[in-house]
Amino acid sequence: MNIQTPAPQALTFADYKSDLKPVWCPGCGDFSVLSAITKALATLQLPREDVALVSGIGCSSRIPAYTSVYGFHSVHGRALPVATGLKSARPDLTVLVAGGDGDGFSIGGNHFLHACRRNVDLTYIVMDNSVYGMTKGQASPTTEGDWTGSKLTPEGPGVAEFQPLEIALSAGANYIARGFSGKPNELTKLICDAVEHPGFSLIHVLSPCVTFRPEQREYKTMVHDGFGGAAFDEGTPDRREAFRRLMDDDGYSCGVLFKGNTPAFKPQTDAPRTIEEIQGDFIL
Amino acid sequence: MALNSVSLALTGSGGAGVMTSGQVLVDAAAKAGWYGLMARSLGPQIRGGESAALLRLSPEPVQSMDDCYDLMLAVDWGNIERFASEIPLTSKSIIVTDPAQGEVPEIMRRNNPIIVEIPLKEIAKSVEGGRINMVALGLVAKVIGLPEDYCIEVLSKALAKKGPEALEKSIAGMRAGAEYADKLTGVPTLDAPRTDHGERWSITGNEATGLGALRGGVRFVAAYPITPATEVLEYMAPNLPKLGGALVQAEDELASINMAIGGSFGGVPSLTATSGPGLALMTESIGLSVASETPVVIINVQRGGPSTGIPTKSEQVDLNIAINGLHGDAPHLVTAPTSIADSLFTAQWTVYLSEAMQAPAIVLTDQAMGQARAIIDKPADLAFVGQRRKPELVSGAVEDGYQRYAVTNDGVSPMAIPGMKGGEYTADGLEHSPRGTPSTQAQHHQEQLDKRERKLKTFDYGDHWADIEGDGEIAIITWGSVTEQVREAIDRIAETKGLTVKLIALRLLSPALPEKMTEALKGVKKALIVEQSHSKQYTLMLKAHYDLPPVYDTLHRPGPLAIRPHEIVTALDALVAKS
Repeated sequence: MNIQTPAPQALTFADYKSDLKPVWCPGCGDFSVLSAITKALATLQLPREDVALVSGIGCSSRIPAYTSVYGFHSVHGRALPVATGLKSARPDLTVLVAGGDGDGFSIGGNHFLHACRRNVDLTYIVMDNSVYGMTKGQASPTTEGDWTGSKLTPEGPGVAEFQPLEIALSAGANYIARGFSGKPNELTKLICDAVEHPGFSLIHVLSPCVTFRPEQREYKTMVHDGFGGAAFDEGTPDRREAFRRLMDDDGYSCGVLFKGNTPAFKPQTDAPRTIEEIQGDFIL
Repeated sequence: MALNSVSLALTGSGGAGVMTSGQVLVDAAAKAGWYGLMARSLGPQIRGGESAALLRLSPEPVQSMDDCYDLMLAVDWGNIERFASEIPLTSKSIIVTDPAQGEVPEIMRRNNPIIVEIPLKEIAKSVEGGRINMVALGLVAKVIGLPEDYCIEVLSKALAKKGPEALEKSIAGMRAGAEYADKLTGVPTLDAPRTDHGERWSITGNEATGLGALRGGVRFVAAYPITPATEVLEYMAPNLPKLGGALVQAEDELASINMAIGGSFGGVPSLTATSGPGLALMTESIGLSVASETPVVIINVQRGGPSTGIPTKSEQVDLNIAINGLHGDAPHLVTAPTSIADSLFTAQWTVYLSEAMQAPAIVLTDQAMGQARAIIDKPADLAFVGQRRKPELVSGAVEDGYQRYAVTNDGVSPMAIPGMKGGEYTADGLEHSPRGTPSTQAQHHQEQLDKRERKLKTFDYGDHWADIEGDGEIAIITWGSVTEQVREAIDRIAETKGLTVKLIALRLLSPALPEKMTEALKGVKKALIVEQSHSKQYTLMLKAHYDLPPVYDTLHRPGPLAIRPHEIVTALDALVAKS
């Protein structure tokens, strides 16, 4: 990563924040993710009007309104299609996508698969707290099978956890990393790196829900740098090596896992014509 | 019969090439100066299997099928029972059959048509490289008086890539078939075509819809294939890039509608096309388009429903879901073309409406007009091009603190587009304040609901809200592709009974414009409502929103069989007799 802090900054991270007060609970990891996103935008000095942040539904999906860039708070599970349409129609924009584990991996699971393999130049930041917080604490796809904290699944969901990084790697994502909300400076670096990397980037962020999963406060003692013995920023371009590192992952490895070389998807282009010329196809 | 025309049905198993014969016939007839219509009947499996090319040719414009067929040519009889009911015959109809294919099935002999045996396969074999569909083409062209030169002109273009030898073989096959034309007598002859006509087009409804959308300014399309809407998307795919636009194939309809909304948020007029099942999947996000005021156009080519239903056949049954399918109070636009040619106008106009009002718009076409090809006069150039109200153009909109959802007199708020400095806002499906910040306040909800309703209700739709033709104390109120059969029925009644009947075909199905309908129904004492729906969706919609004349009937029935002009004439007779 060669992200350098530019000397005189025209825009500071505060310039990328709106005046709205987040709805999040005190202590929520998402505050730090918001900070990391605004710091990354400031580091990259992206004009606010040229950035769009798209989200779905859930606690973390409220994030666009807390920034001062263009935002789209869409519907549950559909952030990635909205962002895909936006980036395809407006390739000049920098498009970030943010949301939670339920939004991205459950209701939006199919879009996640296809966004990975389509490889549109997007940066997808998933704030994973292994719980549906906005609906008051149900099991999400990344919840442990034996978690009994929900009235909906009192005996535990009984389903193995969804593995976002393995699935992203299998499905063809071009950049895969994990961050921790408790380490916002490292997260800022990952976001900058992902934005600058072509194609679809996934940043899986461990972001504790202190209300429904208070035990996640311990994440800070569990996270460690690097996948499979590699350094924090030592992502591999080799899928076999990336899978090997993932097999050794305890779920708390932070850093860059994979940096692929697949060119970003671009819709077909053609030589310019006029409507009159196109209509000519129908003339007898 | 009022209209001089000839109706032809060419049938055969998949691979027999009857579609090619039909296509050449209709294009050649057009080159000769006639008008024409060609529909394709396919089996239930969409791909492969049996098929029929259904044609009607006339010196006058025709965009609907006749009551029955004058000539049916069967290359073979494979699976004929699957679509026999779509080819009504009379005792005057002629069936051309190849004795090598066995007896004419009982199902086709019910009305005692004239049966003529011609050894099509044997004739094809007698020519080197002869194909049975070219033999059929030559035979039918000769019988209806279509000069060979026009067929050759069309064929030479179609076979350009295959070289002169392929063309020669086809011509030889055609000529071999034409030699048997003397065996067929009694097929109606067409009046001489007009020679002074202007530019004519050969176009399907789905192509016309796609072209209309392009003319209206659509430059981003998200696509998920579905019968019978795929051709709209396939037409737009290669043409969008030529106009600086783009198409993305989505993973499902949930994605395609949201991709279109995303593209539109980026300031690019955007569209997706689907059919009933896909529209059902899209409805949640159409609500997002309403709430966030992000315009988007959804072309819905209706097919038989519910569920998977009858994908390859037409019905007018997505009216309910299109108008009422959204959750919440969600005013939006629903339009419908009234013919194949009008698909262009309606699509273009709808893009313009959607963009002007920042609202989602559903265009309801249907399989019957979407997948049929017509020869039409060159459509007029239209001034309708989508234009959004940009904040830059509204004085004070940005300087005083930009409000994306500002409450305005006409309900339309200035819409900033990413890239515009000072216009940054968050589009939201959550209810919001004028600034766009999420809000649960009663006042905000009330004023945004009012605003979203007001912008649709106060818009000046001009005369385009409906096609209103003729005058009289009796009116037929209809919509969609059925309108063409109604037009023909009205012409017949005028000719045979001297009765003038008014046509009211709604192009704008939502919002309802009661004042305009009252004006249109002035002096009308009886009405016949014609629609292709088992549950009378259109009639019930009309009853909900409009004051109908005291006496009215509804001619309504489901698909897959097209409503024929004679059914409308019969229903009208019954209405006239009613006191």
